[in-house]
Amino acid sequence: MATLIVLLVLVLFLAAIFTGGYNRQFLERMRNSRTWDWLTTVDHKKIGILYLMGGLLFFLIGGLEAIFMRLQLFAPGNDLFVGRTFNELLTMHGTTMIFLAAMPLIFAIMNAVVPLQIGARDVAFPFLNALGFWLFFFGGVLLNLSWIFGGAPDAGWTSYTGLALNQYSPGPGVDFYVLGLQIAGIGTLIGGLNFIVTIINMRAPGMTFLRLPLFTWTAFVTSGLVLFAFPAFTVALLLLMFDRLFGSNFFDHAMGGSTVIWEHLFWIFGHPEVYIVILPAFGIMSDVISTFSKKRLFGYNSMVFATVLIGFLGFMVWVHHMFTVGLGAISNSVFAVATMAIAVPTGIKVFNWLFTMWGGEIQFKTPMLWAVGFIPTFVIGGMTGVMLALPPADYQYQDSYFVVAHFHYVLVGGTVFGLFAGIYYWWPKMFGKMLNESLGKWHFWTFLIGFHLTFFPQHFLGLFGMPRRVFTYQTNVGLERLNEISTIGVAGMLIGTIFFLVNIIYTLRKGPKAEADAWGLGRTLEWSIPSPPPEYNFAQTPLVRGFDALWVEKEAGNKTMTPAEPLGSIHMPSPSYIPIMMSLGFFIAGFGFIVRGIPAAVFGLIIVFAALFLRSFDYDRGYHVEPEDPEKGGKE
Amino acid sequence: MANHTDSSTEMPNHLETATFEGKNKVLGFWLFLGAETVLFACLFGTYLALRNQSLDGPTTQELFDLKLVALATALLLTSSLTSVLSMIKMNERNMKGMITWLVITLALGLGFLVLEIYEFLHYVHEGHTFMSSAFGSSFYALVGTHGAHVTFGIIWITTLIIQVLKRGITTETAPKLFVSSLYWHFIDVVWVFIFTLVYLLGKVG
Amino acid sequence: MERLRIWRIGLLISLVTLFLAGCSGDPSLSVLDPKGSAGEIQLNLIYWSLILMTVVFVIVITIFVYVLVRYRKRKGKDIMPEQVHGSTKLEIIWTVIPIAALIALAIPTVQYTFELAETPPAEDTVIIDVTGHQYWWEFKYPQYGITTAQEAHIPVGKKVLFRIHGEDVLHSFWVPSLGGKMDVVPGRVNTMTLDAKQPGMYQGKCAELCGSGHALMDFKVFADKQGDFDKWTASMKQPVASVSATSSEANGEKIFKQNCIGCHAGVSQIKAPNLNKFATRSTIAGILPHNEQNLKIWLKNPQAVKPGTLMPKIDYLNKDELNDLIKYLDSRK
Repeated sequence: MATLIVLLVLVLFLAAIFTGGYNRQFLERMRNSRTWDWLTTVDHKKIGILYLMGGLLFFLIGGLEAIFMRLQLFAPGNDLFVGRTFNELLTMHGTTMIFLAAMPLIFAIMNAVVPLQIGARDVAFPFLNALGFWLFFFGGVLLNLSWIFGGAPDAGWTSYTGLALNQYSPGPGVDFYVLGLQIAGIGTLIGGLNFIVTIINMRAPGMTFLRLPLFTWTAFVTSGLVLFAFPAFTVALLLLMFDRLFGSNFFDHAMGGSTVIWEHLFWIFGHPEVYIVILPAFGIMSDVISTFSKKRLFGYNSMVFATVLIGFLGFMVWVHHMFTVGLGAISNSVFAVATMAIAVPTGIKVFNWLFTMWGGEIQFKTPMLWAVGFIPTFVIGGMTGVMLALPPADYQYQDSYFVVAHFHYVLVGGTVFGLFAGIYYWWPKMFGKMLNESLGKWHFWTFLIGFHLTFFPQHFLGLFGMPRRVFTYQTNVGLERLNEISTIGVAGMLIGTIFFLVNIIYTLRKGPKAEADAWGLGRTLEWSIPSPPPEYNFAQTPLVRGFDALWVEKEAGNKTMTPAEPLGSIHMPSPSYIPIMMSLGFFIAGFGFIVRGIPAAVFGLIIVFAALFLRSFDYDRGYHVEPEDPEKGGKE
Repeated sequence: MANHTDSSTEMPNHLETATFEGKNKVLGFWLFLGAETVLFACLFGTYLALRNQSLDGPTTQELFDLKLVALATALLLTSSLTSVLSMIKMNERNMKGMITWLVITLALGLGFLVLEIYEFLHYVHEGHTFMSSAFGSSFYALVGTHGAHVTFGIIWITTLIIQVLKRGITTETAPKLFVSSLYWHFIDVVWVFIFTLVYLLGKVG
Repeated sequence: MERLRIWRIGLLISLVTLFLAGCSGDPSLSVLDPKGSAGEIQLNLIYWSLILMTVVFVIVITIFVYVLVRYRKRKGKDIMPEQVHGSTKLEIIWTVIPIAALIALAIPTVQYTFELAETPPAEDTVIIDVTGHQYWWEFKYPQYGITTAQEAHIPVGKKVLFRIHGEDVLHSFWVPSLGGKMDVVPGRVNTMTLDAKQPGMYQGKCAELCGSGHALMDFKVFADKQGDFDKWTASMKQPVASVSATSSEANGEKIFKQNCIGCHAGVSQIKAPNLNKFATRSTIAGILPHNEQNLKIWLKNPQAVKPGTLMPKIDYLNKDELNDLIKYLDSRK
């Protein structure tokens, strides 16, 4: 508590020094500073950039953890990171990559793109959008603070109980997992809810559901999955918190509890989570492939249908993570068949992509390279996915390196490739600068080759009897060579990522300015407005006259969209410090619970409730801006 | 976009969806209730899986007193009705009537809470606690989460009454009142399930 | 474009090299070299699914490569592709054919799932009660009254029913070359039927993260010919031969009784492996090759060998005492 006050004073003090002394104008200056602007922004474009930076930061941290693990596994009997330390690394790698890298990066692109693609000036709940980001960020920071305060969680990203209970994981590690993810998870839930309402209520005139760009469709379905899957995780974490902090007995079999309940709750959330992170990648691929093939997306309706079907089936298959729990042949068979069924809509998507390119004019710009690299990689991941869906075969694969190989093919080959494609594709729209093409190509090739070198051999490691989550393996059973290759491959991904970072830094300083239609091939609404867009996005709400709205206008010989309303002043929401304040409150409360400091926890919750009251009594009506006339500003 | 100022001159039938923000808020809240449904479904699932794990403690049959629970149920169900009445008054712009019904709703909710607290104290006395067995844990998690929702609802509606007294029934306060009423119905529906799946089923065994 | 092609060829070569380098799992541990009927069934299904999936993969990649080569943008040409909406006929084809393929996969899958779940008739089956502990395995033979740890013996050609129990956290019981795994779930008894068709040593692993020592929670299954198995059961039931009162083994026995027996004979709350016939085991703690040197290493600092193990350091004995203890342990045949 005392530390907290000291820290607070220190922050104020530093702020005063950096802004030129503490006096009457201090608050005024702080309010006008750029930092304050970013901390209190409710603009979806800025929040998108915040998500991007946060996600990339955690992506690097998670990557570092992966490098450490591969170094340890380079040779049998290594003693770089053994036992508990290795378990901490594998837990934090998985947790960080899923919750703190993949999800925020997806939200980054959704924030940057979805409102533009549907012709909206903003999201439905700008305030909640900011709150979602700050909750994710503080949750992520809380989770990673575990490295400094008493050890990271070490029970796996699945945190199966038994092991995750106090008795077997003493110390605060798993508490950081529980509270950090709970806070980040609430943020994600809020973000998902915001996007569903945005897509339902904020579409421009003429933008019917069957004219939505595919990325928006996948964002819509993903948000729905977030909304209905995350509460299961909320409950799981809540019960685990009760067991660890307040002595309840949900998972302690000696007191009548059951670890299988955790497994069910976790995977009822966990399997939809897989689709939450892969569906937006599908959407990105669809937009990118269509754009760079200069062709309309092949079989749009069936693509939409497949997306919805995958989202729906995603809730019906969670038990395929539990084939070896001993739930019986009937249950295993039912869930196996349901799982196999998902291959059908996924296959439809792959063939539609191929036939979108068929007959097109393919340009291999960096985003397209990622999309092209994605197809075979993801198909391999899908193949092993079907193989894993067969219970008898799964008895062998389960918890072996075969599974590790499979989900990295899907999550890296699918999600990460998709995210890179999306980042390269929409970077000009977000920042107004083109990323460098040759650095982008170096990034792609080194990363792709490194990826396959790392993960392809792992299929065989699994089949040769290497369980996952082990810090070492035996000599002379055929595992050394493949592990060596796998570790070497990591270098490729590392070099690729360095190329990417260099590209970002280089471009932000020197990159060429991007046009409104940055690639010259734009088909959807976001390419009809300047890069980066003005704070109100559209000076006049556009009238949508078909799928690929901008392309329709281009074909009709128009250079811009037809406006649906006269030019007039535009209402904007005011920035707010309440989101960051409330998230800070959650952070303090979470930390208080973890260190069993009840006063701190109560103090944090008081901040949360204070923020809620402030918000409830806040009748801020926003402000109005006069847009520049696009007819005068844009054309000449 | 939104037309805040128009509301005083034109009188739409449904104040809560008169503005664009209002429409968003109501749709968003319905979706939020969807998420809450999953949350409670998971708690119900956990309870149903663990309800027979009472170890040495009292079982459901020995524990539950249906009379008390029936009274609590009656209070909460009635409060749902009064909540509807307050919304009708709201759309009639009858401030006094609305607040009267809201206060009655709050009183019924408080009555429910008092009964629930009394019930919990009684159970603890019988040796049925959060820590005594898996049954105890899952029972208090489910029923307690519901109780926490009721508590939050009471606080929320109280702050809304204060706001309405300050600002009157407007297109800004109306959506807030409307979603709080939705919330109140939701916790009522959850209670119906608790009454059936926890208490009635517990009594039958 | 030229550079692109070279890269692709490079990638292809590296993949092929990987394949060749990879085709050599160890017969005692490999899924691809099954020695029991469960493993054979599972490998059949693995191959069947792999064939079907490879066909799909080849079709996709053929179209993929063709499209990329045929329709890439050529220099100096700027065509406007026809904006096709889709093709109902094609879309039906790539919906129906995968469904047919999946049915061809689902039928044997369901059939095998039920087959593997069958419990064999009790009279013709050896029953082993397996218990997973952090980080060792306990094997009890209720039909023979034998308790042992880390190494199980089974007769060749006979069905063996493993009844899998858990006491602390989740583990998973896996003998890759005999057949797929089954989780150890505290509070449940799971069953799995395996058999071995050839005599030999098969390695077992714990496949579910169970704590610091998870990577080292290994065990072994020895498949013996029926005669050898009978001999083994008989010898396991014989009491350990008593040692002469004056020998250093006798001193070792004394030390053992003072320091070890509490956990290792199940008197204490903490459960440790039964050390009956310890001298016949091929490993120490399931991982180190059994010799005097390794036994000393293990006793002096078990944590260094197997992180997280509950076995305390026995570093307070003097040199002679330690030697006596080791002599006694290695006399338990």
